[in-house]
Amino acid sequence: MSAILTIARRELAEGVRNRWVVSMTAVMAALAGAIAALGSAPTGSTATGALDVVVVGLASLTIFLVPLIALLLSHDSITREAERGTLLLLLSHPLARWQVVAGKFLGQLAILALATVIGFGCAAVFVIWRHGAEGWQAFAFMTAVSVLLGAVFLGLGVLASSMVQESSTAAGIAIGLWLFFVALYDMALLAALVARGGHAVPGGLMDAALLANPTDAYRLLTLGEGSAALLSGMGGVYDNSHLTPALLAGALLAWCLAPLALAMTVFARRNL
Amino acid sequence: MTVILDRVSKLYSGRAVVSDLSYALEPGQVVALVGHNGAGKTTQIKMMLGLTRPDGGELTVLGADPGDKAARRALGYLPESVQFHLAFSGRETLGFYARLKGLPARGHDALFARVGLSEAADRPVRTYSKGMRQRLGLAQALLGDPRLLLLDEPTSGLDPALRRELYGIVAERAQAGATVLLSSHALTELEGHAERVIVLNRGRKIADGTLEELRALAGLPSRLSCVLDGAPRRIELGQDEKPAVLRALLDQGATRITLEDPSLDDIYAHFLQREAA
Repeated sequence: MSAILTIARRELAEGVRNRWVVSMTAVMAALAGAIAALGSAPTGSTATGALDVVVVGLASLTIFLVPLIALLLSHDSITREAERGTLLLLLSHPLARWQVVAGKFLGQLAILALATVIGFGCAAVFVIWRHGAEGWQAFAFMTAVSVLLGAVFLGLGVLASSMVQESSTAAGIAIGLWLFFVALYDMALLAALVARGGHAVPGGLMDAALLANPTDAYRLLTLGEGSAALLSGMGGVYDNSHLTPALLAGALLAWCLAPLALAMTVFARRNL
Repeated sequence: MTVILDRVSKLYSGRAVVSDLSYALEPGQVVALVGHNGAGKTTQIKMMLGLTRPDGGELTVLGADPGDKAARRALGYLPESVQFHLAFSGRETLGFYARLKGLPARGHDALFARVGLSEAADRPVRTYSKGMRQRLGLAQALLGDPRLLLLDEPTSGLDPALRRELYGIVAERAQAGATVLLSSHALTELEGHAERVIVLNRGRKIADGTLEELRALAGLPSRLSCVLDGAPRRIELGQDEKPAVLRALLDQGATRITLEDPSLDDIYAHFLQREAA
């Protein structure tokens, strides 16, 4: 365990040293702040808390931004060490290769969690100061699930990094993953629905399709219930499915652990 | 025996990088692996570290399979042209590797002093020269007083003073009972530093012994040049002919005598040629 923590601490320290943590926190805070400032402006009377409104805007943004940041952070975890010429030395120490993967992942998760919590937290503080704390539970939940979504893409990035030799290849894979999960998948899903010409898709199939993409699971989990569902229009999808929050969270967790486990296996087998 | 190789072989995409290689290393010995680039030196060290698996044969390191955690803890490794993360200081870097070895992160001042980095310890590695990085790499390898030191081309690119310093540290460790295995492509610089030399060519052992033994094994002639009766003369002569020939030349009044023994590079070239033949 201590080897994992040593690597994680090192990864976090590296993130602080090369100003990743600061710049990502700033980006998150700026965007969350902008959405909070615009989205929570009192326009008419809504029966919902100001924070609820912010959750909807922020969650939609998170779906694009957090996976991107997570992939940027993690796609070169292993290849960077190899290219810098520090991988052999690292692996000559008394630690297993899966521990290197786990440590890197944990360190990156810490960076991402710091940036998300601080960035979103700034926006939350601003809204609470202006409009009161109503809806804070949904906001806190959304923040937590955002970190989980980030963890999924950290895992995918680490996997890409452990499979290839060069960072540039891993970056290509990362971009492909991002495009696929964030944009293409939903487009394809939408096209399939349209192609069926309004005939209802079996609920089970739709559920499976939503679980098969972590960003959809995230969207449903944060926007499917409560006031956010009303505002985002995701309530309809949610009500027609059999997916419970526990199931969706479980899917996200599985999406996080499976690539990570695969990355550990692949990396452990590689001949260096 | 600290390291035992028994008919070890390793293929990279069908090409034998190490083939049918056997040797054993004893504690307190400084052993040099000598060979061209691509002779399989680094591959052997990687196999000892458990980073690459041999395709055939048996390999034992510190009484365990290569890559065993306890064995790795008792082992120090200096990679060829060692690199570190540039943003961290020498002290932070050493602390990181110490923690990985299960040692405290702080309190390695004596080690910094030993490798001559005391003053630069708190500067970022970015500001280090190649020599200073090598010093830091050596300090890292010496963490925890390892029983086996694997140094991959430790002197390449170092100035002569630093080279001597490095061999001094190596000798110190060997006297304390550690096994030191270092690789090099220059046989000449090992004179007086390595007790045993293993000459490699394309993954095969082509000679193994002390430098004196290698000299005798090669049986190369010495070159003598002198001026006799106003005319320059060049003679090649075997080791046992030397006294008689010298005496005869002196009796005949030869002047400006220079006697050149075969250099280690000559011997090395000889072994390679013999292998190629």
